[in-house]
Amino acid sequence: MTRSTNTFDTLELKNVGRSFGGQNALVDLNLRVRAGEFIALLGPSGCGKSTALNCLAGLLPLTHGEILIDGKRIDVLPSEKRDFGMVFQNYALFPHLSVEKNIAFGLQMRNLPKAEVTRRVADGLALVKLQDQAKKRPGQLSGGQQQRVAIARAVVLEPRLVLMDEPLSNLDAKLRLEMRTEIRRLHQSLGLTTIYVTHDQEEALSLADRLVVLREGRVQQIGTPEQLHNNPTNWHVADFMGYRNIVDLEVESVVGDLARVTGRGISIMATLAQTAAVGDTVRLAIRPSDLVVTGPDTPSGRDAIQATVNVVEYQGREFAVEVTTTEGQNLYVHAYTALLPGSTVRLAVDPSRALVYRSSLDGVAAPRELSAVR
Amino acid sequence: MMTSATHTGSRARGSASLRHRLAERGVDTKLLLLVPAIVFALLLFVYPFAYGIGLTFQPLAATQEQWGGGFFANYVAFFKDAFIFDSVWITLRLALPAALFNVLVSIPIAFKLRSKFRGKRMLQTLLVLPITLGTVLTAQGLLIFAGRQGWLNRFLLENGIIDQPLQLVNNYLGVMLSLIISGFPFAYLLISSYLSGIDPSLEAAAKTLGANWKQRFRRITLPLLAPGLATTFILTFVLAFSVFPSARLVGDASGETRVLALMAYRAFSEQLDYSMASTIAIMMGVVELIVIAFVFLGRSFLYKGSTGGKG
Ligand SMILES: Nc1ncnc2c1ncn2[C@@H]1O[C@H](COP(=O)(O)OP(=O)(O)OP(=O)(O)O)[C@@H](O)[C@H]1O
Ligand SMILES: [Mg+2]
Repeated sequence: MTRSTNTFDTLELKNVGRSFGGQNALVDLNLRVRAGEFIALLGPSGCGKSTALNCLAGLLPLTHGEILIDGKRIDVLPSEKRDFGMVFQNYALFPHLSVEKNIAFGLQMRNLPKAEVTRRVADGLALVKLQDQAKKRPGQLSGGQQQRVAIARAVVLEPRLVLMDEPLSNLDAKLRLEMRTEIRRLHQSLGLTTIYVTHDQEEALSLADRLVVLREGRVQQIGTPEQLHNNPTNWHVADFMGYRNIVDLEVESVVGDLARVTGRGISIMATLAQTAAVGDTVRLAIRPSDLVVTGPDTPSGRDAIQATVNVVEYQGREFAVEVTTTEGQNLYVHAYTALLPGSTVRLAVDPSRALVYRSSLDGVAAPRELSAVR
Repeated sequence: MMTSATHTGSRARGSASLRHRLAERGVDTKLLLLVPAIVFALLLFVYPFAYGIGLTFQPLAATQEQWGGGFFANYVAFFKDAFIFDSVWITLRLALPAALFNVLVSIPIAFKLRSKFRGKRMLQTLLVLPITLGTVLTAQGLLIFAGRQGWLNRFLLENGIIDQPLQLVNNYLGVMLSLIISGFPFAYLLISSYLSGIDPSLEAAAKTLGANWKQRFRRITLPLLAPGLATTFILTFVLAFSVFPSARLVGDASGETRVLALMAYRAFSEQLDYSMASTIAIMMGVVELIVIAFVFLGRSFLYKGSTGGKG
């Protein structure tokens, strides 16, 4: 199969919003997607990811805003005229049709000649390596096979946009990794434009060219995986990006973009990711891998955190350790040696790897990043 | 627990409880709770049924003389006596179209009522209400409303819209109307529950694949609904086939609506010919079974697996 023929240059979402009986599920989504991009919508359960996708697919009418393709409004088109492929969270395969008929369905709806339908179905089956299962019904396939049928059914049409709603959420860990690679490979080899919904940050980081982080229907940050990984704009995004230690502390002093934050048995220098003044209550975010165990014998600098080891989990190359500070704050740490539960350790962190955020999320929806993509 | 008892052999068997050992042999002691129900069914259904079949082979002397055939005289009479046998067609001519109509009309209504809208509950209640009326009340209502002296005719006559009262009851039409009124709620309830068992995301998927509503209905919804439609057809057909009160009350009991149930009743109460009445009753069952067999034969070609919905 070759690159989609009916492609476009840009897809633009302008202030897209959807509410259910006064309840906002999606608010002011602004996004500009270039052809060939892989965009991931990321956020916790109930944040409006599926709502956004269904709005794009035309399965839910918008309550606000518009969707444009190359400047032409498409949110007024019915779903069947949009020419988008969709992979549903539950696959939604037609249970009464065989695998090949499922894949052929969209082609037949376009009244393509029989020979072409047969050829493209065969191509589609080969693409997802399901030639041997062509005559089976979806009910006779494994979860991973069903998922590949769902993908094949959506991409044989060479749609101008592929929408995927948590397609890997029902699979086991191994299959998930395999399918992740598969999806990225398909995206590249077919030159698709993909919008992918997930609540798994690892999946989003590894697949997408750009990520959109949502919370309660509002965009928190839009950016490349590197941008989000290294510079989350608020503690919520940080939380999603693997900053597992989120602690409420107080600002003791501010020097440039560094600040000393104290409380809960912790007193360290950290980087101000958002402005804060002395005396403010702030949120400190640190990745477990950035907290270094220095051992109880090293001289106690002012920036060392003293803590007791609680739980040690072996994770192959390293140990995931839960410790408690002298004032009862739990922290998560990675260590390369087995620590004894009950023993005392000292932890240190590079100030550039400890980020300070305001506690409130209101009005901090990353206006800078948004204007950059507009 | 049970499987471990099976696999570890005789040593474990000793410690397994009696229930588990019985279960291994396929004996479920809980089924003993069904015994009273089975006894009840035997006494009240199987015995009279067998007795009825027995009766059919004890024809009256008069029947034997007229139609011959010895023990089988009642059956010979059933097939050879045009007066009786025509009833089969009369009954089918009522029951088949009524069942078909109820099923076909329920489909679009069940579809329409699938989505949410204001007043849905009210409308649903109105549609299902006739179930509570019973056939006799329905027939009476029809007479009052659509009879020669009924409201409808009086209204039309008084306003000069017609000169002769419309003949809406005491004929085929009257019985048909009553069958629809009493059969439709069943068909509607069944079909809407079958419909709600179909996962809405299947239609959504078909939509994103470019199918318009006709294609979605024909290719996705109808095939998944068809087995349910067949079952619904059978149930409403059986209901309509044994029509008795309305055939008598709003029908033309000696002509157009001389259905089998009426013939059996007459043989029983007017001619005191129990054996002929039983024969007609048995033959009613046979005709029903033939129709059901045809429908099931057709149904066996359909997809009957999961429809992926909330079931
Ligand atoms: N049909 C509906 N009626 C009312 N509220 C709805 C409806 N669909 C979604 N919502 C609400 O909108 C919000 C967003 O829902 P959505 O399905 O988009 O979440 P999601 O991000 O896809 O979550 P998940 O990861 O669990 O699938 C939720 O709070 C949900 O309760
Ligand atoms: Mg969802």
